[in-house]
Amino acid sequence: MAHSDQKTPAKIIISISALNKWYGDLHVLRDIDLDVKKGERIVIAGPSGSGKSTLIRCINYLEKYQGGKIVVDGVELIDDRKIIENIRREVGMVFQSFNLFPHLTILENCTLGPIQGLDLPKEQAIEKAMHFLNKVNIPEQADKYPGQLSGGQQQRVAIARSLCMNPDVMLFDEPTSALDPEMVKEVLDIMVSLAKEGMTMLCVTHEMGFAKEVADRVIFMDEGQIMEQNNPVEFFTNPQHERTKEFLKQIFF
Amino acid sequence: MFAHLMDNLDLWRIGFANTLSLTVLSFVIGFIIAIPVGLARSRTGTWMSRITYGYVYIIRGTPLLVQIFLLYYGAGQFHKALSQLGLWWLFREAYYCGLFALILNTVAYQAEIVRGAVLAIPKSLEEAGASVSLSMLQIFRFIHLPIATARMLPALGNEFVLLLKASALVSVIAVTDVMGQARYLFSETLDLSVYYVAAINYLAIVLVAEAILRKLEARNIWLNPR
Repeated sequence: MAHSDQKTPAKIIISISALNKWYGDLHVLRDIDLDVKKGERIVIAGPSGSGKSTLIRCINYLEKYQGGKIVVDGVELIDDRKIIENIRREVGMVFQSFNLFPHLTILENCTLGPIQGLDLPKEQAIEKAMHFLNKVNIPEQADKYPGQLSGGQQQRVAIARSLCMNPDVMLFDEPTSALDPEMVKEVLDIMVSLAKEGMTMLCVTHEMGFAKEVADRVIFMDEGQIMEQNNPVEFFTNPQHERTKEFLKQIFF
Repeated sequence: MFAHLMDNLDLWRIGFANTLSLTVLSFVIGFIIAIPVGLARSRTGTWMSRITYGYVYIIRGTPLLVQIFLLYYGAGQFHKALSQLGLWWLFREAYYCGLFALILNTVAYQAEIVRGAVLAIPKSLEEAGASVSLSMLQIFRFIHLPIATARMLPALGNEFVLLLKASALVSVIAVTDVMGQARYLFSETLDLSVYYVAAINYLAIVLVAEAILRKLEARNIWLNPR
């Protein structure tokens, strides 16, 4: 596998312990324990409603939770405006439906966070935005509006927007699920190159090819629990849990 | 036929100025007040939402003419109290009473426009703003406000035109707006053409207002790209 050659034990950047969340009576996350090492690539899979999106949305506090704790880079995530804003600086997020700001140009989408959230001077923010737009192969669209771009292009901009915040960790919430099939690859290619550069990533995705290529660990969730986790080779060839086998069968027909 | 026009140019000028200032002032002041009222309205289930809904219901459910009469003649009953508060000058003048009534009226309508525009902004954009570390205030200022304003423009333009025409009602409490002057001149000359002149005054304002609206809408190319 890409990264079985770990030398020194890497630093733990996200530590989740005994996480529990309810929507009213519905118990959506049950006793989740998960440590993410710096540079680790984790793919989270599972049927819809299994809590996988909810789990990663808890990490930057887009979702509140009722039990357990999350520690990001040594800081415990609590309901405090400053702490939440700080953690969101370190944790980037890419959404299923891109969520670009429709009234801002591509360039402005990428500079709003750095200028307002990081207090970066405008020129530096623009320079940085162009750097990352280049990286996602879309610099020529900088002055267009999101509505003028294809889904794949919009998602690449969303990735660049996140990268402009210099995050230590990137969360991907089904980044290719809303895309037309022919646009999936251009987004996955960007994610693969990010992975190769050593970005710590948590990806909720059903792209099992992506999981095989870059993941250090695949986590399977069902009914709010982590049912099974393993390296991709073991996960795909030798699944332990009945639910995992069933799920893999459905995905690969 | 239009001899009366040239003889009374000053009178028309005053009428035009009064109509224009009443409409523009009530519209702008109304908009500023409508933002918090509309935001309160959009928080369904809160006491703020209920109170503001009560306000909107009463204003939209009664004729503007009734509101003008109640304010102008009703204020007289509170002469003493208003004098003590130092507010009598405001309610003594028909112009201010008319302005006040128009503001109260347009706030209700504009608040509904604000509410609709704010509710139409998807929550996902708020999350995107939060994910790049924007505070709630920054999310409101850089995301909600510009998007809502752009989406509100057509409805606001409509409200401006309706308000302009509704402002003619203040002539019944002897405000010397376009309609007030026309009524006065008609009673003097019994020449129906004074109302043509009045109509042209309103049409001229609408023409300019629509041109400004088109300019403002053209700035939001993102709404209709390409």
